[in-house]
Amino acid sequence: MWRDAVLVARRDLRIELRSRVAISQVGPFAVLVLMLFAFALDPDRGVLDRATAGLYWVAVLFSGLLALGRSAAIDEADGVREGLRMSGLEPGGVFLGKAAAVAAQLLALEVLLGAGVVVLYDAEPAGPLLLVATCLAATAAVAGAGTLYGALVAGLRVRETMLPLLLLPALAPVLIGATRAFEAALDGVPADGWPWCGLLAAFAVLYSVAGALAYGALLEGQ
Amino acid sequence: MKPVVHLSAAVALLGRFPALAGIDLDVARGEIVLLRGPNGAGKTTLLRACAGLVPVVRGEAVVLGRDLRRHPRAIRRRVGLLGHVTGLHDDLTVGENVRFWGRAARTEPADVEAALALTGLDGRLRDVPVAELSAGQRRRTSLACLLARRPELWLLDEPHAGLDAGARDQLDALVVQAVGQGATVLMASHELDRAQALAHRVVDLVAGRTITPGATGAGADVGGADADRVDVEPADVGGADVSAAADRAPDLAGAPVPGAEPVPVPPVEPVPPAGRPGTEGAPSPASVATPDVEASPAAPGAEVSPVAAPGVEPSHVA
Repeated sequence: MWRDAVLVARRDLRIELRSRVAISQVGPFAVLVLMLFAFALDPDRGVLDRATAGLYWVAVLFSGLLALGRSAAIDEADGVREGLRMSGLEPGGVFLGKAAAVAAQLLALEVLLGAGVVVLYDAEPAGPLLLVATCLAATAAVAGAGTLYGALVAGLRVRETMLPLLLLPALAPVLIGATRAFEAALDGVPADGWPWCGLLAAFAVLYSVAGALAYGALLEGQ
Repeated sequence: MKPVVHLSAAVALLGRFPALAGIDLDVARGEIVLLRGPNGAGKTTLLRACAGLVPVVRGEAVVLGRDLRRHPRAIRRRVGLLGHVTGLHDDLTVGENVRFWGRAARTEPADVEAALALTGLDGRLRDVPVAELSAGQRRRTSLACLLARRPELWLLDEPHAGLDAGARDQLDALVVQAVGQGATVLMASHELDRAQALAHRVVDLVAGRTITPGATGAGADVGGADADRVDVEPADVGGADVSAAADRAPDLAGAPVPGAEPVPVPPVEPVPPAGRPGTEGAPSPASVATPDVEASPAAPGAEVSPVAAPGVEPSHVA
């Protein structure tokens, strides 16, 4: 299964690098979202300071939706999904590979947005360990849930609009947990953030296991 | 010797419609069998059912010694399907696509290289993104992906479509050579001259059923695809009425069309011996490159019409 996951992750990342959509569209979109928040809240810097963590994760989620949509679209091309069914690849491995590729893109996005909030919002990173752990756990949760829901809506003609409608409510707990953990880190009280980070890790495990187990049935059900 | 494909009264549904309405078919190892029939006869569905992509809901279905209804995934690993879709990633190069599907099937890198060479894609085209290929080149790339998987059972759906004359000859040679190495081929084609010359025998399909010799006139000259469609009410699906609907199907399809002239199948030259019955395992593309043509397998099965069989004049709708 792990071998299959590596094979699929490398394929997805190679396709993304080759298409340059992540670089030319997803990244600029993420920065644009941050800038628009900054413009909207600039008159009251206090609000911007207090909302930095939440705005950061909202920007991550919105931009991540583009990456997740792209990931799902890879397998919708000209019989690729049928090829995956015929390939002999372990469905769990396909899921983990796709989730890993999305996670890699999300991490790159989070680094970019992290630089953005420092520059645009004057944020001062503190509690680096908690920040990194939160990013890793939240990324795994978003990638796992997004890949799972991407497979769920695959084959629908309205999948591009259906994916955010289904996924964003499911990710609400992740958004809350990541925001609280980041707030604790930015406020200099990391101890308050670790329970939230644990919650994120639990969500990541839950979505990853559920996705690995359900992906075969979803692949067959298209 | 057990057949590679054994279907008995097999029923497969597309929605509520019995696309296969009680198929009987046996294909021996090393055979090349051509499925022939009008549009909507169930040729593609039969190929996809043998690949485990369309579930067989009733009847007996054994492919490569495994029960198709219980172990579709295990069978798929050993089957290659060249269908209407390419299964290719536009943003990847030809070489990357073939390597991905080859590695997915756990074949050796040498098999991927051999597949590229056999399809003439090991030169400049190897590094060209699929998005920049012509339709014929995409088809060749799909064929290379199939070769790289080293399937034991080749399922070819209109394999010659989109290929130029040279590529068609190349495909035919690959099929014959693969069969010589122990592979089995089931294909559907409307290009009957070429496909019949390649096949060891022909199976006629109408309305999701095979036609028995002597009854081929029933399936001849069906006046359009809709003539052989039999809708089944939801309550019928999965029950005895499916068989009843299937029983009705040939009659509906075989109804004589006023004014239609029978279209005789042109005489077909005997196919050179290509099979090697009894050979176990899949042919390696590398070994496929070396012609290894031996004996031709016998054409078992009473429900089919051998190519150019005397006394049987299966006509068709092109």
